[in-house]
Amino acid sequence: MKKNQSQEEFIKGIWRDNPVFVQVLGMCPMLAVTNSAINAVAMGMATFFVLVGSSFLVSTFRNVIPKQVRISCFIIIIATFVTIADYTLLALVPGVHKELGAFIPLIVANCLILGRQEAFASRYPTKLAVMDAMGMASGFLLALLSLGAVREILGDGALFGVNLFGENFEPWVIMILPPGGFLTLGVILLFFNWFKYKKDEFLEDVAAAERSES
Amino acid sequence: MNTPKDTGGPSSLRLVLTLAVAGLVSGMAIIGIYESTLPTITANKARELREAVFKVLPGVSQMQALVYRDGELVVVEKPDKDEPVIYGGYDEPGNFVGYAMPAAGPGFQDTIALLYGYKPGEKFVVGMEILESRETPGLGDKIYKDASFVGGFSALSVEPEIVAVKKGTKSQPNEIDAITGATISSKAVVRIINEAHAAWSAQLPAPGTEPQLRATESTGTEATQ
Amino acid sequence: MDNLLWIFISALLVNNFVLTYFLGLCPFLGVSNSLETSARLGLATTFVMLVTAICAWILNTYVLVYAPYLRLICFIVVIASTVQFIEMLIKKLSPALFRAMGIFLPLITTNCAILGLAIFATNRGYGFWEGIVYALGAGIGFTLALVLLAGLREESELSNIPQLIKGTAMNLIIAGILSMAFMGFAGLFSSA
Repeated sequence: MKKNQSQEEFIKGIWRDNPVFVQVLGMCPMLAVTNSAINAVAMGMATFFVLVGSSFLVSTFRNVIPKQVRISCFIIIIATFVTIADYTLLALVPGVHKELGAFIPLIVANCLILGRQEAFASRYPTKLAVMDAMGMASGFLLALLSLGAVREILGDGALFGVNLFGENFEPWVIMILPPGGFLTLGVILLFFNWFKYKKDEFLEDVAAAERSES
Repeated sequence: MNTPKDTGGPSSLRLVLTLAVAGLVSGMAIIGIYESTLPTITANKARELREAVFKVLPGVSQMQALVYRDGELVVVEKPDKDEPVIYGGYDEPGNFVGYAMPAAGPGFQDTIALLYGYKPGEKFVVGMEILESRETPGLGDKIYKDASFVGGFSALSVEPEIVAVKKGTKSQPNEIDAITGATISSKAVVRIINEAHAAWSAQLPAPGTEPQLRATESTGTEATQ
Repeated sequence: MDNLLWIFISALLVNNFVLTYFLGLCPFLGVSNSLETSARLGLATTFVMLVTAICAWILNTYVLVYAPYLRLICFIVVIASTVQFIEMLIKKLSPALFRAMGIFLPLITTNCAILGLAIFATNRGYGFWEGIVYALGAGIGFTLALVLLAGLREESELSNIPQLIKGTAMNLIIAGILSMAFMGFAGLFSSA
C-alpha cells in the first residue's frame, strides 16, 4: 500500500498534474530556454536537482522550522541549491551555461519549486516528498523537452544538434525566436484542452449509455 | 498538518535562531561550492580568452593584458574593474605581433561583443571573433557563421575607416562585403570596430615601441577575473 | 546620453521583458483580464523595479565585490525586505497610493522579472544611472505589454470564441502575435 502511494505521487506529476501543461506553472524558464532540445534538458536537470534537493531538506526539517519563518527558510534553501547548480554548470559545461545565462539564477523565482515546498514537502514525510518532487520535476523536464524538441525541429531542422532533413529544409526561424515559444506552448495547451474535452465527452457518453440501460 | 504543534507560538529567539542557522549552513555550502569550482571556472575563462586572442591574431602564441594609464600603455597582471583592457599578442620568440581589442555596441537585437586583431604597423585589422550576440538566427547570426564575412576581416585597412559595402562590390582595402539579408548586423559590426579604433588609436604607442613581453609565462591569462 | 537612450529603448521595446525574455509571465497571463488592474500592476512593478535597481547597485558596489558568490541570496533577501518596508511606509504616508498599488507589492516581489532585472543589470555591468534607466524602460515595457494584452482580452470577451481555445491557450497565442509585432522594433538603433 505504502509503495503504491509513493508511486502515485510520482506519476501524478508527470501526467495528471503536469506542472506546465495542467497547472501552468514555471512559465518563464519554460519559454525562455526551450529554443533547442539540449538547453531544455540542461534547464530541466538543473530544476530537477534544485526541486528534489529542496524538497528533501524541507521535508526532513519540517518539524524543526517554525511556521512563521518557513517561507524565508524555503527561499534560503532553494537559493542555496540554485547557486550550487549555477557554479557546477559553469565549471563543467561553460558552453551550456553561456546559452542559459541569467535563467539559471532565475530558477529561484520558479513558482513551481516554492509551490511544492509549501503545498507538499512541508507536510509529508521525506520519502513521499522526494517522490512528489521527482514526479513534478520529471513532468517539468518532459514538458521542457517536448517544447524544445518541437521548436528545434521546426526552427532549425535538427534535434540535439543533429540535422534531420538535409540541405533542402527551409527552417522556420520564427520557431526559435521568442514568438515561437508562445505559439508552440499555446498550441500544446490547445491539444491538452482538446484531449480533456474529448475525455469528458466520452465519460458523459458512458454515463448516458449506463443510464439508458438501467 | 505537520507544522509544529505549539500553543503560544515559538519565541522570537527561536525564529531568529532558525533563520540564522539556515543562513549559516547555506552560506557555508555556497562558499564550499564556490571555492571548489573556482579554479576550473577561472581556467576555462582564461583558456577561452587565449583561444579568442590567438584566433584573431594569426601567428601569435603568447599574450599579455595592457591598459592605458597616465598617458601610456602599461602591462598589468590584473586590470582594475571597469578598466578598458586590450591584449598584446607576441610570437614564439616574443616579438610583438599585434593587439587584440575587445569592443562592444548595439547590434540589431542586443549588444554585440567582439574581439578584433589589429596590426598597428600596417594599420590593418587581421581578424575578428564575435564573443557575444543575440542576432536573429538564420540572418543576423551570419556575422559569426558566415565564413566569407568573418574571413573578410583578415586583411582590412582602417584608413580612413572601415566601410561595409554591398556584397561583391569590394574594391578598396578598407571595404568589406556586407552579408546579404543581414546588412544591419554587418554594419553594426563594422561600426563597433570603427568606434573602438577611434577611441584607442590615440592611446596606442608609435609602431615599434609597443610594450615588451614580460618574462613570466602566465601574464595576461589572469586578466579575466 | 546616447547610451542611456539606447538602454531605455532596448529594455522598453526591442528586448521587452515579457515578450522577448519571457519574464513576469505569471502576472502577464494571470492578471491581465482588465485594463485598469493591468495599468495599476504595471505602475507598481515599475516602482518595485526602480527600488530593485537601486538595491542591486548598492549591493554590487559595496557588498558583492567581496563576496560574489552570495549574489543570489543577497538579491532575494534585500529586495524582498526593502519592498516590504516601503509597502509599510506607503500605507502610513499615503493611503490613496496604497490602495492604487499597495496590494500588488508583495505579489510583485516574488515575480521573476524583478530578480531578472537585478541579474541582467549586474551581468551587463550597469552603473547607477544606467541601472535606473534600465529599470524604468523594463517597467514601462512590462506595463505596455500587460495593457496591450488586457485590451485584447477585454475585446475578446465580447466575441464568440470556441470554448476549446478560451483561457491560457488563447492568451499565449495572442502573446505570440504581440511578440512578433515587437520584433519589428529590432534594429531601431543600429540601422542609423
